[in-house]
Amino acid sequence: MCQECGCSKPGPYQVGERLVDAHHHTHTLPDGRIITHTHPPSPRADATADNHGHGHRHPHDHGHHHHHGHDHSHAHPHQVLNLNTSILNTNDRMAEQNRGAFKALNLLTLNVVSSPGAGKTALLTKTLNELKGRLRCGVIVGDLATDNDAVRLRTTGAAVVPIATGTLCHLEANMVAEAMKQLDLRALDLLIIENVGNLVCPASFDLGESVRVVLHSVTEGEDKPLKYPPMFHSADVVIVTKTDMSEAAGFDRELALKNIRQAAPHAKIFELSSRTGDGVKAWCDHLVELQANGKALR
Amino acid sequence: MMIQGQKPFAMHEFSLMQSTLEIAAQQMHDAGATHLHRLKVRVGKLSGVVPEALRFAFESLQPKSFAAGAKLEIEEVPAVCWCPNCTAEFETADLNYECPRCHQPSGDLRRGRELELASLEIS
Repeated sequence: MCQECGCSKPGPYQVGERLVDAHHHTHTLPDGRIITHTHPPSPRADATADNHGHGHRHPHDHGHHHHHGHDHSHAHPHQVLNLNTSILNTNDRMAEQNRGAFKALNLLTLNVVSSPGAGKTALLTKTLNELKGRLRCGVIVGDLATDNDAVRLRTTGAAVVPIATGTLCHLEANMVAEAMKQLDLRALDLLIIENVGNLVCPASFDLGESVRVVLHSVTEGEDKPLKYPPMFHSADVVIVTKTDMSEAAGFDRELALKNIRQAAPHAKIFELSSRTGDGVKAWCDHLVELQANGKALR
Repeated sequence: MMIQGQKPFAMHEFSLMQSTLEIAAQQMHDAGATHLHRLKVRVGKLSGVVPEALRFAFESLQPKSFAAGAKLEIEEVPAVCWCPNCTAEFETADLNYECPRCHQPSGDLRRGRELELASLEIS
């Protein structure tokens, strides 16, 4: 979101080396004029009705003209517009464009989400190493700041495009579309999108992925699926990570699996440890199989 | 170069309310209206959006926008699943996806992910 004028356009974000400045805004004013502006670093403190702090003025030159010679009331009739339109329309349309591109290329695409520290990057690093020679992989990785995750993922030899979202707590479909331009998608079989670590906001934003993967580490306890139902319900696959630490964490496996099944009865469940490699093969075999079948789940 | 976040974390309800107001502005323009009196938003239980946060976003954005004075109505939509065994819908109680009749779980969600601008009252 643009936090200067508060409109829903994202702030500037960085895709690889390229800075995408979304701060050139086009707004449609209620009176119908369309204005484009950029944001100077001016605060809202001097905001007035005409100049509300984003570097341009809205002229109020639309006075009423009453040419007619009869009495009339200024009580304009109220009109109800039934719209029933999706608020996420813009993102959803862009996500469908991405999905179309992925399908045309027979590219299996994962959107990997979890709370921070659940082991997304560790799992992806392990997965990329395991899939060498089986699938050609590319990665788009989102974080608020730093490209630390991208550096870790590049050690696998995979093509990695980092997105620094700035202040945004999730990836949006247009950011993925930008990042896709920096990858040779035709040379890939699998595109993994590592979302920002957050179990709330990314649930609402479709990126165009074929499979949504939600991670749940054993160190997070057993009730995450019940605390974050929208995210878990949106999962096609749930992966229980860090299983090598189950005992130390006092993890109640049966209860956790029951909770996952309750929140996401349709999801396929894997249990693995990225550190010991236990269970990773079953997960990678599943990806190879999905890709071979050209099976888009969404 | 990396971008440093200078502002606090953005709630996604805030940006969603902005999108809502942008849609409303466009619709008002198309209808030749100048006043917004009421907007009705539909929020599904599994939309990932908290109605209170949406209302808070509306109240903080409202004074600075054309929506000043307008009323926000939020219609909450329950999560409803389809049970293939019973060939009937059931409402999920506390996000439990088990059919109350045959006790089979179902992930086939028919309603509950809505995030829609239902209607606008304008003049």
